Amino acid sequence: MSGRDVVITGVGLVSSLGEGLEAHGAALADAGHVHVDATTYAPYAVHPATALELDRQIPKKLDQKQMEPWQRLGTYAAGLALEMAGLKGGKDLLGETQLIVAAGGGERDYAVDSQILSQMPGAEKPEVLLNEKLMSELRPTLFLAQLSNLLAGNISIVHGVTGASRTFMGEEQCGVDAFRIAFERIRAGQGDRFLVGGSYNAERADSLLIFAMGGFLRRAGYRPVDARDDDPGFILGSGGAFLMLEAREAAEARGATILARLDSVAAMRTRRKPGAVQAALGKALQNASASSGGSPLVISGATGVAGLTAEELAAIGSALPGAPVRIAGNRVGHVLEAHFPVSLALAVAALRQGAVYPPTPGSAVEAPYAGAPDCVIITSVGHMRGEGLAVVAAEQGAA
Amino acid sequence: MKDRFNRPVVVVTGMGMVTSLGRGKADNWAALTAGRSGIRRISRFAVEGLKTTIAGTVDFVPAEPFCAAQLSENFARLAAEEAIGEAAIGMKGDFPGPLFVAVPPVEMEWPQRVDLARASGAGSEVTYTDLLRAAGTGHFKPWHDLFLFGTVADRLADDFGTKGSPISLSTACSSGATAIQLGVEAIRRGETEAALCIGTDGSVQAEALIRFSLLSALSTQNDPPEGASKPFSKNRDGFVMGEGAAALVLESYASAKARGARILGILSGCGEKGDGFHRTRTSPDGMPAIRAMRDAIADAGLTPDDIDYVNAHGTSTPENDKMECLGCMTVMGERMRSVPISSNKSMIGHTLTAAGAVEAVISLMTLANQRIPPTINHHLPDPAIPLDVVPNAARDARVRHVMSNSFGFGGQNTVLLLSGEVPA
Repeated sequence: MSGRDVVITGVGLVSSLGEGLEAHGAALADAGHVHVDATTYAPYAVHPATALELDRQIPKKLDQKQMEPWQRLGTYAAGLALEMAGLKGGKDLLGETQLIVAAGGGERDYAVDSQILSQMPGAEKPEVLLNEKLMSELRPTLFLAQLSNLLAGNISIVHGVTGASRTFMGEEQCGVDAFRIAFERIRAGQGDRFLVGGSYNAERADSLLIFAMGGFLRRAGYRPVDARDDDPGFILGSGGAFLMLEAREAAEARGATILARLDSVAAMRTRRKPGAVQAALGKALQNASASSGGSPLVISGATGVAGLTAEELAAIGSALPGAPVRIAGNRVGHVLEAHFPVSLALAVAALRQGAVYPPTPGSAVEAPYAGAPDCVIITSVGHMRGEGLAVVAAEQGAA
Repeated sequence: MKDRFNRPVVVVTGMGMVTSLGRGKADNWAALTAGRSGIRRISRFAVEGLKTTIAGTVDFVPAEPFCAAQLSENFARLAAEEAIGEAAIGMKGDFPGPLFVAVPPVEMEWPQRVDLARASGAGSEVTYTDLLRAAGTGHFKPWHDLFLFGTVADRLADDFGTKGSPISLSTACSSGATAIQLGVEAIRRGETEAALCIGTDGSVQAEALIRFSLLSALSTQNDPPEGASKPFSKNRDGFVMGEGAAALVLESYASAKARGARILGILSGCGEKGDGFHRTRTSPDGMPAIRAMRDAIADAGLTPDDIDYVNAHGTSTPENDKMECLGCMTVMGERMRSVPISSNKSMIGHTLTAAGAVEAVISLMTLANQRIPPTINHHLPDPAIPLDVVPNAARDARVRHVMSNSFGFGGQNTVLLLSGEVPA
């Protein structure tokens, strides 16, 4: 398939390790640096977001107030990406920039929920009590802090990105889909400039709840993702990442600095059964390595879920023997909808550093690597469904 | 066949729908052209203490457990079965293209929270710590998948055998139109010859209704229920929530012709524009909506003079209908005073996530039947809206090109252009 080159001109990244590519480069270079909160939601641990000085990217207090944390993380990361791309405040270009956001949804009002749940059992008419409480206690604007497409809405309001906006949902895979659709549309000439990414707030009991019901959360404290046989599962992480993707000619026409190239994005759906993920991902990895050549770094999106993580790592090991592997979740946790965007941002960080950061202590699959990667292959295997892969390559002379 | 921009022409070869008016296109069309309303008193939950007690619920489709996620999935399946059946494409369970589905952003509901609270054994003060403890017992495992955002699409992909990674999306009240737009784009860039595009919404439950109510978005004129939704009327006071789904099989013209499929209409253009003015309100000058309309018309290779009918977003809120009128007048000029514009929402309510798809199907049926469904409940015209809203009774008309508008919270504006034949 031929098509236009897709380049990355801006990256905004926020996680438990800090904000921005520089901070992440430094934090990743410090092998033992992992930020974990194991007590607030015990027995579940989370990787909490770094503290943000919100005013720097979301100047109006009213805007900050109208958002819940997941939206603030994303809006902040989007601002960082625009800044790096040199587009911040560029009204005309932003007015034609399109948004594709990978999002989940809403945060609950714990106080209201607790009140209702506490009073309902004793109520004569529980349904009526529910109506009355919700009508009187719910903050009207909370709805807007919950709606999935309102992260995009807030980015439009705060940063003026108003070309168009689309929000994709569906856990890990919507992050992959978002990048694939933006990539294909740019290649085919269906748009020149896309701000793509997502954010996720792990520090929410209601969010932990759904994965706890499914039995997907690790309860035995932090260990690297590939060393969780004692209690398989993921540790959620807060974070957000946005990347500015542009057609090469559009980026060059405005004199933008090209940080890296996005060479391919694949989104797959296997019918899950033992071995299916390994086979599908293995095939995609072989295609990717054949076309990328050079010396790739692999950033794995492995979650720590039993079976899937082993299959993913086995696929990587057999398709790319000898290639260095880093598991994003080892350092920033599982960032759900934002996990693939965050992994892509880490890929750009690694290419800019021109080196592979040291292995996480205790990880068997991560090994020291002295060479300089010229491309990064990013993988994603959703905890229930969906597989994805992207190739980010260094732009000659741009690292 | 290529369009004037040398892109594959995108046609519709199958359509299906379910709304409060019934199951299937035929029943819906009969009701819509008879000016019948599907709005009724809510019976599925207690309405005591609520300001709004009516909705266009779909009460004839069972769901187990009864929740928005499962209802939305079931509506979508019914609509898709009808659409794929009509298109007679692929083999059973083997649809030859991707799935784009607009799903409501719904979460776990009160019955589940109550069950968790009970199972936690918490006393008089229930907290999320208690719920988390109950969740960890493993007794509630099926609810994990039920309430993931990607599950509806995944199950539909399994059932219909769509190809690739199914995309679940939300652009608020323009979601259904966005699902279609994604399909159009995929076919135009040659990625596929066919796509299944669905919008579905079964989210009329107490908390969802209350959330809209707290934003003062809903009509409170509950009596009679069928009179509440009155788009473009002077006494309009908000929208009425509705439920339903619609599915469209999109196909390249070449593929449809090659297999001898019946072409039901052309998806000739799409336009979209974001709005950074406010979370729920539109820019006062209406420019984003105007741009979306202009882009859709241009994308179809048409001019405003080619539009014969506007299938309005027409929510029946004071602001939307005024702004939509302003937008249409700006785009079409004085001619707009005589271009028919009607709102299906007067009869089926606002089907929210599904609306863009539901109204696209109705637009295509308007083209096929050369008959325009009315805006019912139009007894008190708004002098500020000098439009031909096809009041109260369906009308035969020559319709070659329809503009279907969808606008949503969060600055979403999406417009589709549907045509009876390929624009020259």
